[in-house]
Amino acid sequence: MATVKTYDPELLRAERRKRENIRRLKGLGLHALLITILGVMLYPVIWMVLSALRPETEIFGDMGFIPTNWTLENFVRGWQLYGDLTFTQFYVNSFIICALAIIGNLLACSMAAYAFARLEFRGKWWLFAIMLGTMMLPIHVQLIPQYIFFLNIGWVNTILPLVVPKFLAHDAFFIFLMVQFMRSLPNELEQAAIVDGASYWQRYWRIILPLSMPALATTAVFTFINTYNDFFSQLIYLTDTDRMTVPVALRLFLDPSGGSSSFGGLFAMVLVSIGPVLGFFLASQRLLTKGIATQGFK
Amino acid sequence: MASVTLQNLTKTYAGGQLRAVNDVSLEIEDGEFLVLVGPSGCGKSTALRMIAGLEEITDGAVWIGDEFVNDTHPKDRDIAMVFQSYALYPHMSVYDNIAFPLQIARMPKEEVDKRVQEAARVLELEAYLKRRPGQLSGGQRQRVAMGRAIVRKPSVFLMDEPLSNLDAKLRVQMRAEIASIQHRLGVTTVYVTHDQVEAMTMGHRVALLKDGVLQQVDTPSNIYNKPRNTFVAAFIGSPTMNMYWAELEKESDTLFLRLGDNRLKLPATLVEQFSSLSQYAGRKLIVGIRPEDLAEASSIANADPSDCIAAEVDLVEALGSDVIVHIGIDAKPAEVRSSDSLDEIKSKAGKARCIARFNAKSQVRLGDTVTVWFDTTRMHFFDGETGLSILN
Repeated sequence: MATVKTYDPELLRAERRKRENIRRLKGLGLHALLITILGVMLYPVIWMVLSALRPETEIFGDMGFIPTNWTLENFVRGWQLYGDLTFTQFYVNSFIICALAIIGNLLACSMAAYAFARLEFRGKWWLFAIMLGTMMLPIHVQLIPQYIFFLNIGWVNTILPLVVPKFLAHDAFFIFLMVQFMRSLPNELEQAAIVDGASYWQRYWRIILPLSMPALATTAVFTFINTYNDFFSQLIYLTDTDRMTVPVALRLFLDPSGGSSSFGGLFAMVLVSIGPVLGFFLASQRLLTKGIATQGFK
Repeated sequence: MASVTLQNLTKTYAGGQLRAVNDVSLEIEDGEFLVLVGPSGCGKSTALRMIAGLEEITDGAVWIGDEFVNDTHPKDRDIAMVFQSYALYPHMSVYDNIAFPLQIARMPKEEVDKRVQEAARVLELEAYLKRRPGQLSGGQRQRVAMGRAIVRKPSVFLMDEPLSNLDAKLRVQMRAEIASIQHRLGVTTVYVTHDQVEAMTMGHRVALLKDGVLQQVDTPSNIYNKPRNTFVAAFIGSPTMNMYWAELEKESDTLFLRLGDNRLKLPATLVEQFSSLSQYAGRKLIVGIRPEDLAEASSIANADPSDCIAAEVDLVEALGSDVIVHIGIDAKPAEVRSSDSLDEIKSKAGKARCIARFNAKSQVRLGDTVTVWFDTTRMHFFDGETGLSILN
């Protein structure tokens, strides 16, 4: 005989409501914690933004968080730090170096990566190991010999030491990144191209390179950020004021000898200098995550 | 068009310890569709890749037409290859995929366009030329891969399991399409597959490989009806051929087959036709019979009791068109290893499994004792030591 199965819908609803309330409370607590941490982390940035928007005298004089007098004067003064020589020149210098570094890294690293990932040649694994070894080498070890070398060939105070190495596959990390990516591409694609009559160059240029777009985008973004933020190399290789880049120029606001420093202009220009990095990152974010549709394989 | 000749083709790996392809000699005629078939790892793809030039030849020679091509670059061999994964360039449109080999050959744009359009028309891809491979179905991608091959008008097509990624229905359709395109174009084709149905239905001839060694090259019909050895017999046919150890007994002029406790009379016509069979009288040999050569005795008019064995039904698989019946008979199964061999599976009560294909109207049920009629004229006999057919 079949048993009659009963349940109390009201009881079920009450239990569901209870579970829902507990879940909401937990969510609220977690969000409160996260917002507090976010506030602690963002405070210096917000302080810098607000300082850039208040008069120079108020930056360290007024203890209030919100400026009493709002002004854009710091931006104007900061931009024209050197009279005729404005930040426009520094940005142009930075962008030229960044653009050349990106082109150099994309071309040279991808070619080196293609060779390591796809071609067979004598001593390949030794060379690959040596290349990986260069990633472990601290920059300080290379700095002095490199400087002496560039000094001897007369490249100091030009952009060449900052740009030419990029065209010679100088960044082992990016080569490694691309090698790993290219190895994941199906061998059959290249074999199909071989049978179709494509040369090494055609296989690299027409098949492998377009399919490596996510790795190329990552390389481009990180090369831009690294080069744009590279204060140290640009400081030692670029000495003339009109050849200076943005990070080096920002240093000019501070007088290390204890003289007068322009903090208002510094904060304003730091704020402006974040723009390109942020913009470049946001613009290429889609490319970074997108990846090429590879459904054609199977 | 061109013929393809393989002379003692050998490929070894690991310093010669592993022989992927072992001394394969084969003559593929101009315009012929040859299917290279065998179980996984038998060396069929390696052999194909050696013809393509994608794999170095350890020993032997490959000729395409009258040209010795061992050291010729793949692009200069006048071949086109269709890969298992299709190997379509995912960043290019269908048009560019098909046009790629022509663009590489620096053919004039008008000629490229003409040939691509022609290939697209033959393969019914005209509506998809602007799409990317990722936007196509499996069958359409397969056709694009075919398009890239035919657009070059090569002397030889090489196809490496091109249908293995398709579902069963599409595979049947594409099987027919590929065979039809090959027939229309008349291009010499070497087609690799592990699927025996493809092998039997598509090729003019079938070459069966095992462990890198060529077992038999023949027409599909001969491969099926006159297998050269136990491996070929077991590999081709589904369900696989039933194979047992047996003994030939001679009484006056009649030959009997001793199969465990059972005894079957061999027809005089068979003995007359294959005189070599008599030499095996009193000796052990391997006997094989295909499931379709077994029938329910009740369905055969005047079935001779000396051609019948009674056995218990272990399993019934009704396929609609026919009924596959597994029965246990008293016999010692011959251990012929192949990918789909059922030798290892013992029947109930330790009896050897025997698979029969009965008429769809058969009413046999699990546990029944059924009298099975053996079509002794269709039996295959193999030497117990060499495994070679006695009838060929």
